[in-house]
Amino acid sequence: MIVAERKPIEEIKDYLSGHKRVLVLGCGTCVTVCLAGGEREVATLASVLRLAGELEVQENTIERQCDIEFFDTVKEQAESCDAILSMACGVGVQTVVKVFPQKCVYPALNTMFCGSNDGAGQWSENCLACGDCKLGIFGGVCPVTRCSKSLLNGPCGGSVNGMCEVDPENIECGWQLIYDRLRTLGKLDVLAENAQPRDWSRTHDGGPRRLSREDVAGL
Amino acid sequence: MVDGNYKSGSNLEKVLETGRFAVTAELGPPKSADPDVIKRKVEYLLGWVDAANITDNQTAIVRVSSIATSKLVLDLGLEPIIQITCRDRNRLSMQSDILGAYLLGVRNVLCLTGDHQSFGNHPTAKSVFDLDSIQLIQMVRDMRDKKIFANGEEIKNSKKAEVKEPRMFVGGAANPFADPLEFRVVRLDKKVNAGVDFIQTQCIYDMERFEVWMEQVRSRGLHKKCKILAGVTPLKSVGMAKYMRDQVAGVTVPEYYIERMAKAEDPKAEGIEICVEQIQRLREIEGVVGIHIMAIEWEQVVPEIVQRTGLRSG
Repeated sequence: MIVAERKPIEEIKDYLSGHKRVLVLGCGTCVTVCLAGGEREVATLASVLRLAGELEVQENTIERQCDIEFFDTVKEQAESCDAILSMACGVGVQTVVKVFPQKCVYPALNTMFCGSNDGAGQWSENCLACGDCKLGIFGGVCPVTRCSKSLLNGPCGGSVNGMCEVDPENIECGWQLIYDRLRTLGKLDVLAENAQPRDWSRTHDGGPRRLSREDVAGL
Repeated sequence: MVDGNYKSGSNLEKVLETGRFAVTAELGPPKSADPDVIKRKVEYLLGWVDAANITDNQTAIVRVSSIATSKLVLDLGLEPIIQITCRDRNRLSMQSDILGAYLLGVRNVLCLTGDHQSFGNHPTAKSVFDLDSIQLIQMVRDMRDKKIFANGEEIKNSKKAEVKEPRMFVGGAANPFADPLEFRVVRLDKKVNAGVDFIQTQCIYDMERFEVWMEQVRSRGLHKKCKILAGVTPLKSVGMAKYMRDQVAGVTVPEYYIERMAKAEDPKAEGIEICVEQIQRLREIEGVVGIHIMAIEWEQVVPEIVQRTGLRSG
């Protein structure tokens, strides 16, 4: 899922200063699951903003903010406000802008990464959306995301006791994980081969990416 | 040491400060470890230009490094302007290169964003773009005037050591032909605020649009805050004219030049003729204090162009 966290309340208040009526809009997908921008977080943030007493605050949550077809139920409410505070990820915020091109739209969250839930209140990054997945080679552990240097021929000299020198307390060495995993699978010979430079044009380095699929275009 | 009140003491800075119409040209390093190409190009330009821009992997094609080429160029008696793009290096590398280039005797730097790697010969490469050109200008300027690195630390080797800062004459580019037109001059203003000393423009074919842009420049007083050199590129053939028009983003070539090139019996001579005419017209524009000739892989025509405009006699 896309993992996000709420911005500091002062930053949010700064965005809204000068506005009279705001719609706090939640999203029912990733940010609901990671407890950052779902119905419950919308209610909490709306109460905080109401308590400040300078704004009339509307609230609502739609199933998905990254798809324009989910916005019908909030159109009227949004039109009645002079600002929309989106509690979705950055994709959702930009879709809100597309749906309401005349409105001021602000983000309430910082979008962090594509990651997994590692237990209560814990999430970690494990996919960079690089567009050229090599998990099949590296034992199901991504070197591009989980190595701080994105090395394809790791680990570097900063790997000690399974941890990364960038933050030995908190960051596991991705390459230790790859090594352990391939050892378990009896595939360590894979690591003896020199991995060649990646094709970064498939990532953002080739410019903003698009996907067109003719097979589903008519559905 | 910098003499007088000059910022860098470079020849280019001195020429511009004395009010003489400046002439710079582009020198593209070779795509191989061949020093003779550099020597030949220096011979073409020597005596005809005040300084030569040494391009930095232009159009994202690997070439001899700008700084290494600059050292050879300096040793042959020509003043270099190193170009630095944001595509290939982060702020650590750029600052280290500024220090190194300064030690080798380089005094001018042109700060550029850089062409995207997808246009070059390594389209699968990862790009850096840690800083953009405006931030790069600010960084090089702060290294000189505030004597600090981008992190705010003083430029000295140890706590007790003397501050020894690289003193560069800081340049930037401006493209009056990209969109949106009304924003181009705002972006130039940002470069001025970042501390740019001189500007070299994208090659100009559409004189009317350039004059509109210069009017906007003057109305903001930007021509008094930085030295503006107008860029020109002589056309070699009608094919090149069409290529520049259709394939190079941010370059416009009016139809009358395409027609002139198509009708010409000797297209190269016609291209030089057009270039000379353009320079004579650009010289008359208030706020243009120099010319920058980008003769792409055609440096040998620079002397003829400069001589015919009467700007230098070689």
